[in-house]
Amino acid sequence: MLKNRLKVLRAERNWSQLDLARNLEVSRQSVNAIETGKYDPSLPLAFRIAELFGLPIEEIFLRD
Amino acid sequence: MAHSSPRRRYLGRLGSSMVIYVASLCAAKYVISRDLVEGPIVWILGLIPGLAVVGIFYAIAMLIIEQKDEFMRMLIVRQTLIGTAVALSISTFWGFLENFGLVAHVDSYWIAFIWFFGFGFGGFINRITHGTWGDGC
Repeated sequence: MLKNRLKVLRAERNWSQLDLARNLEVSRQSVNAIETGKYDPSLPLAFRIAELFGLPIEEIFLRD
Repeated sequence: MAHSSPRRRYLGRLGSSMVIYVASLCAAKYVISRDLVEGPIVWILGLIPGLAVVGIFYAIAMLIIEQKDEFMRMLIVRQTLIGTAVALSISTFWGFLENFGLVAHVDSYWIAFIWFFGFGFGGFINRITHGTWGDGC
């Protein structure tokens, strides 16, 4: 499983999990599963996340 | 997204199939046991409950196809795999035990109902491992 900074990035923007889920057009459960490291997103979803935060993928998802 | 459109369609298909199953099974049992029909109609009446159960499988398949949320789709696939593993394992063991005369014969349609139990169990496993039951439950 990859580590990620999603929770921190979300908190910096004062977004709830639901806010982020709506921006990404996924379920809140998906955001929660990614944040807690229970699910690694596909490459297309990872790119969408990176685009939303305006960061390169490697600054959000880190190799364990 | 918990009550997304694919899930609503899934629940609609599931509900319709279950209503047809119960109604057709009751009707078939009633008319066939009283010899009210004969010939091809008996076959048709006998096939409809099975078709209704196939409708439930169809509803699950369409949920997998229509679900655009990749995480939720993965949970449904996991559920179906767990259901399949449970149903095939139990039916294989039972088949051998029956072959050796150790247990009574069980009608094969029970495999589908064991699969549904396994599918529900898969939702429970999803809840424990991934924090949500998924859209299939």
